[in-house]
Amino acid sequence: MKIGVVTFPGSLDDADARRASEIAGAETVPMWHGDHDLAGVDAVVLPGGFSYGDYLRCGAIARFAPVMAEVVAAAERGMPVLGICNGFQILCESHLLPGALMRNEHQRFVCRDQRVRIENASTAWTSAYDAGQHVTFVLKSGEGGYVADVSTLDRLEGDGRVVARYLEVNPNGSLRDIAGISNERGNVVGLMPHPEHAVDELCGPGTDGLGFFISVMKHVANGSVAR
Amino acid sequence: MARVVVDVMLKPDILDPQGKAVHGALPRLGFQGVVAVRQGKRFELEIDGEVSDQRLAEIDEIAGTLLSNPVIEDYTVSVQP
Repeated sequence: MKIGVVTFPGSLDDADARRASEIAGAETVPMWHGDHDLAGVDAVVLPGGFSYGDYLRCGAIARFAPVMAEVVAAAERGMPVLGICNGFQILCESHLLPGALMRNEHQRFVCRDQRVRIENASTAWTSAYDAGQHVTFVLKSGEGGYVADVSTLDRLEGDGRVVARYLEVNPNGSLRDIAGISNERGNVVGLMPHPEHAVDELCGPGTDGLGFFISVMKHVANGSVAR
Repeated sequence: MARVVVDVMLKPDILDPQGKAVHGALPRLGFQGVVAVRQGKRFELEIDGEVSDQRLAEIDEIAGTLLSNPVIEDYTVSVQP
């Protein structure tokens, strides 16, 4: 089981995403934004950070990186893809996920341990959780407000594609408290808070985040992946 | 050489926290009477040669794919004299 983690110029959390994957028991493959193939990986993580300095719009330039053509094609074939924070922004800019992420409503960068509720435990990345389970991840973002038009929001809710929702406070003005969503098939998930920072009791708010990486390993082991 | 300007603005129904912050600062500076502020982006594209219809169609594509995100933003293209 190989999880590829893409590094864009300006990525910050690629090492943590690889480390989380390894703690979950996966082999990891570092990938570069200029790569033209996915080196036979079974799943891809687009990590957090500030790809291309967040110039233009967060994720807008990363979307056109050579590796993204491969990631989009593989995602459409059913390969699990997880975008965390800046990775979520890239997935929205790539149109793999609907909607967009806007500047936090209160204009301030947020860095906090964030309680979220896992709403959908049947995606490729969340099957290790129970639907409705409360977990703590780390939120650290300046442009994390999820927006989409009302019909898109209604469709996401109706199809169970809201994967995670903020609990206790809405930290950034996200519509309907949305913290993460999936595509129709459930193989592509975008999430604003960071599960990869919650995998070690020593240096994070617990180990709730491991479930994302364990889920995808289970998903791949079940053979439900087209490379 | 010709110059083509692409203006990108958030769609009217999208909340603009930056514009709101700018608006909030105006009374503190003593400026009254500004009812709302929306913040956008302006791109100036220097074009080699004439801006033909085909060129303009390409610029429209640039504006719609890279310079703006159609989910949250509208754009206008204008050729500078």
